[in-house]
Amino acid sequence: MLLTLTTTHQPATDLGFLLRKHPDRPQSFDVGFGTAHVVYPEASAERCTAALILDIDPVALVRGRRRDGGSKGGEGGLLAQYVNDRPYAASSFLSVALGRVFGSAMTGKSEAKPELADAALPLEAKLVPIACNGGAALIERLFAPLGYTVTAVPVAGDAEIRVPYWDLTLSGTLPLADLLGHLYVLIPVLDDDKHYWVSEDEVEKLLRRGEGWLAQHPERDLITRRYLKHGRRLARIALERLSELDEAAPSEVDALADATGEAGTDAPAEAPAPRLNDLRIQRVAEVLRESGARSVLDLGCGSGRLIQALLKDRQFDRIVGVDASLRDLEAAGARLKLERLSERVRDRVKLLLGALTYRDARLKGFDAAALVEVIEHIDLPMLEQLASAVFGDARPQNVVVTTPNKEYNARYETLAEHALRHHDHRFEWSRAEFEAWAAAVAARHGYAVRFEGIGEADPELGTPTQMGVFTCN
Amino acid sequence: MQLRIPDFALVALIGVSGSGKSSFAARHFLPTEILSSDRLRGWVADDETDQNATPDAFAVLHFIAGKRLAARRLTVVDATNVRPEDRRLLVDLARRYHALPVAIVLDMPEALCIARNKGRSDRDFGAHVVRNQVRLLRRSIRGLQREGFRHVFTLNTPEEAEAATLTRDPLYTDRRQDPGPFDIIGDIHGCHDELTALLEKLGYRPREVDGRVVPVHESGRRVIFLGDLVDRGPKSPEVLRLAMDMVTAGQALCVQGNHEARLVRKLNGKNVQVTHGLAETMAQLEALNEGGRAAFIEESRRFMDDLRSHYWLDGGKLVVAHAGLKEEMHGRGSGAVRSFALYGETTGETDEFGLPVRFNWASEYRGKATVVYGHVPTPAAEWVNRTICVDTSCVFGGKLTALRYPELELVDVPAARVYSEPVRPLAAQAAGRSAQQEADALLDLAEVSGKRTITTALYGHVRIEPENATAALEVMSRFAVDPRWLIYLPPTMSPSETSARERLLEHPDEALAHFERAGVERVIAEEKHMGSRAVLVVARDHDAALRRFGVPDDRMGRIYTRTGRPFFKDDALEQAVLARVAAAASAAGLWEHLGSDWLCLDAELMPWSAKAQGLIAEQYRPVAVASGAATVATVAVLRQTAARGVDVAPLLARMETRAANAGAYAAAVEHYIWPVAGIDDLKLAPFHVLASEGKVHIDRGHDWHMATAAAFAAADPALLVATPHRIVALADAEARTALCDWWTELTARGGEGLVLKPLDFVTRGGKGLVQPALKCRGREYLRIIYGPDYTMPEHLERLRERSLGGKRALALKEFALGIEGLERFVRREPLRRVHECAFGVLALESQPIDPRL
Repeated sequence: MLLTLTTTHQPATDLGFLLRKHPDRPQSFDVGFGTAHVVYPEASAERCTAALILDIDPVALVRGRRRDGGSKGGEGGLLAQYVNDRPYAASSFLSVALGRVFGSAMTGKSEAKPELADAALPLEAKLVPIACNGGAALIERLFAPLGYTVTAVPVAGDAEIRVPYWDLTLSGTLPLADLLGHLYVLIPVLDDDKHYWVSEDEVEKLLRRGEGWLAQHPERDLITRRYLKHGRRLARIALERLSELDEAAPSEVDALADATGEAGTDAPAEAPAPRLNDLRIQRVAEVLRESGARSVLDLGCGSGRLIQALLKDRQFDRIVGVDASLRDLEAAGARLKLERLSERVRDRVKLLLGALTYRDARLKGFDAAALVEVIEHIDLPMLEQLASAVFGDARPQNVVVTTPNKEYNARYETLAEHALRHHDHRFEWSRAEFEAWAAAVAARHGYAVRFEGIGEADPELGTPTQMGVFTCN
Repeated sequence: MQLRIPDFALVALIGVSGSGKSSFAARHFLPTEILSSDRLRGWVADDETDQNATPDAFAVLHFIAGKRLAARRLTVVDATNVRPEDRRLLVDLARRYHALPVAIVLDMPEALCIARNKGRSDRDFGAHVVRNQVRLLRRSIRGLQREGFRHVFTLNTPEEAEAATLTRDPLYTDRRQDPGPFDIIGDIHGCHDELTALLEKLGYRPREVDGRVVPVHESGRRVIFLGDLVDRGPKSPEVLRLAMDMVTAGQALCVQGNHEARLVRKLNGKNVQVTHGLAETMAQLEALNEGGRAAFIEESRRFMDDLRSHYWLDGGKLVVAHAGLKEEMHGRGSGAVRSFALYGETTGETDEFGLPVRFNWASEYRGKATVVYGHVPTPAAEWVNRTICVDTSCVFGGKLTALRYPELELVDVPAARVYSEPVRPLAAQAAGRSAQQEADALLDLAEVSGKRTITTALYGHVRIEPENATAALEVMSRFAVDPRWLIYLPPTMSPSETSARERLLEHPDEALAHFERAGVERVIAEEKHMGSRAVLVVARDHDAALRRFGVPDDRMGRIYTRTGRPFFKDDALEQAVLARVAAAASAAGLWEHLGSDWLCLDAELMPWSAKAQGLIAEQYRPVAVASGAATVATVAVLRQTAARGVDVAPLLARMETRAANAGAYAAAVEHYIWPVAGIDDLKLAPFHVLASEGKVHIDRGHDWHMATAAAFAAADPALLVATPHRIVALADAEARTALCDWWTELTARGGEGLVLKPLDFVTRGGKGLVQPALKCRGREYLRIIYGPDYTMPEHLERLRERSLGGKRALALKEFALGIEGLERFVRREPLRRVHECAFGVLALESQPIDPRL
């Protein structure tokens, strides 16, 4: 990866003093994950350019990741072993190298030229290449408020890749230390990935490097969230402190916490998602309560939001959440704080690893079962197995099934035509499709079914969520 | 006195303190068979006389007794057992495990017991305790039979107790020592003509035995009648006569059916509803010649009354019962066993015809013994989980069926006519699906989750760890195709040993040397296509697919990836490819050649980009673009620096190399990518014809697989491609060199590389199973895997330190599991047995192994 810093301040070669690197002496620095080289392709009085070349050791990178991935396990860790763009694209590696190689310049102090260090200079920074999850518009939103003129040229535009690369040039007139500070924070923000585990001291680094500009930056929240790698708790801490600095109300903090919840950047297109989800949980809990159920299965419980709601009602004395994903069950355990619940409450709830396309003796003998936004995550051909397992084998007295109403998708402006609300949805049904399926399942397994909508109703399209309530004959 | 007890029983010793129970027990039973309340009191409380410990002691006693009885082990309870409520618990326990409760009472003189207790230091209770126990005992003795004890023995004096001998008899149902062979005949219901025709067809001929002429098989086969000899049909007395004669002459066994049980009750003068064909039988008996009628009826009554509920035969491998029998009842005795064997299990509901709804016990049967039964009239006998119902509705106009055991062949004769109309129409099979497929429609989670051991023919026991099964469960349930299609998952493949050659990680030399060391004589080298692994399960047409795979989804097969996911998102495209493959198989005459209307193929589907768009867009192309942009810009900067007269020559040279590497990387990636708009842009290279009806083709060499695949390809060259390959004798140095040259030439052209395999599909060497295949990938292809700069000496040096052990062990296990699953599928074993193999491969694949290998 490559960063060049150019000035046309006269004499331009003063850049060498500020950076404390002599223009005629190439230097190399061991930065742990590879070698950083500093050379000057131009060094005249009119124009001087320093280049930071980062030569990352790809083999060491993968080996380091393997240990890291091993402890966390899972597919993510393994994929990380594959060849990747980290040795080439500007990323947090470059920020770290900046800190090591130009650390003193970054502090804004210069023994040789103290007045120059404080002065606004005509500067240009060039990054080749940098990936930006968010496109040229985001680059503009990040740098323009800081006074830069932004030129972003896409690299090799014809190849289909998920996140395109840019050849990015920033020009502005400002002290060199400010430019370096901006780069330090915003390179990882653009790249939206970090090569190291983000911990508490990252909050300090962010606040230090962002001093004087981050608190007022209009994209403060996004910068904070991405810099701290979507760590919800750390982002909250950082934003609260930034708000104090800015003396503004922490208006965005709660919204941010929601936006950076489990959905992450893959947030479903449903809007406003949290509210619909809450409505759904609330209505399903009501239906279950009205059914008189004491024991309830939450099939496909995910991170346990329905269970959390049910636990608040003493009517439910046996709540069992089932999910095929161990990660989701762990998340549910954390949400419910199972470890910290009193024994009396803990005895009411249990989380089981299970798969709904298999028969499972542990799921027999319950009053009710809920399948909240679950069936659309199962391949259509396998739905018959799910129906047989739930309605034929487990046979609870009542079953509540919710699923998106495809017709309502027209109301979501951000959703492309025919697109589904979530990347893992295998299908979405119109009301007629859902009702036909539900009626067939009910008939086959001896249930009666009624339907109801959840969410704000559109006179023609219906509600965003549809629900079938099945009762065993 | 000789005490004859069943060899499987719960024996309750009954007697007051000091009556000599423990010494009696010690003389006749193994120490481990005896559960003594005193000892258990000691175990829970360190004091055998601590009465406070009694509830806990008995809880443990009952627990151990339950475990022993569940394992069919005779168990003796040494406690006073003088209270009816204590004995009640024991009788209940025996019944729960279908063991016969036996009582042995030691009714000794009171004075003797008191005297014995006085002589023992640990019995410091007074005589009144003993007197109280004696009173309870005496009150109990007469009612023991009524309490449920099937055998009651009473010993009244020390001498009698001393002199008693005890023998253990097998249960009447236990005929494990009798291996057959048998011809097991389903419900006859008075169809005498069909029965004699069937016996004739089975090879039975009239012979005189002990003064009677009965059908006898010259090679010593015997008949087993599964009950329901009588009622509904025209000649119940004749069938009874024949069955009684054959049983008496030792030519047949017979178990009781519900119709015999009812006829006996009727003949005993009980008030029985004369329905379901009983009237016909009574009329036929009435019509018998008056001279012999009474004697015949009495003989029949006794014969039918004496019939057993079931037989346990051939070392426990065969169970016969009228209505079937679940595993936990085999070779056991209780009212519940008899009831199940005669009537089956009902759900408690009745259907629209007023008949009890039967519980389908066979679909849940998991036992090892073969269970042959009747009772449920069906159109044809079908296997479900090692059980088979051979009541093929003869009296309703169907056929009379016999199962030959141990051959497991069905022999039948058609009914001459319809003798009776069933109350409930005969169960119609769901269109095209077998009974086993019906039973398999839903798999049980307990049969794949947790820690499992799968026994394979090729590699013995393969252990699946619970955490791996957990990982597989999520993939299987959320992403994989229907388990009924998923009969096979391919194994992972190891690379050859790492080459020491300059600028190379892999080279065929190492693979050849590996196989030579393993004792292989000939290997086949096949060109490795750079696509994605695809497993094809394809039937000749939709009907054949439904018949064999039982998935009612109107597909003629499936194409799935090595992790069981559908290969194509587009169903229509998948079915179009399958239709072309099936047509090619027809054109190549493969269906006839293999005698099958389905095939399982292992193949490579190209282009790589057809499946790997995600990886290409997120990983490979970004690397190509980023490395190119970064290195080119860096080289430009350094050249500019050098032009200023600053010496950056070594760094510039390095960066020029890296820029060239980046270019080579991009070229390597793009080589395997072409746009796919439809079927015309796809290429499919089958390389294993894994299985077809009745056969897993692992006994064929890879030359056969290649030839068959080539014939296939010739039939549709627009879609199918044959795989270039060469066979090399390892002793032939020239051929080895030529092979390496081929590899060099192939990979220089941008080919991925070669796969080398022993020519035999399955090869065993000195160290056991040999790797079924090793891959030797080309230098430029490996650039995609290891990154643009992997060929730089300082990187390659470190990359050579790769360990192949884990990958190789995995490859062997997965290979064995994959083949095992196919073997089970072609043997028509239940789906769970097939599925556990595919599930096992997926579970093993979740282990962390360097994915670049």
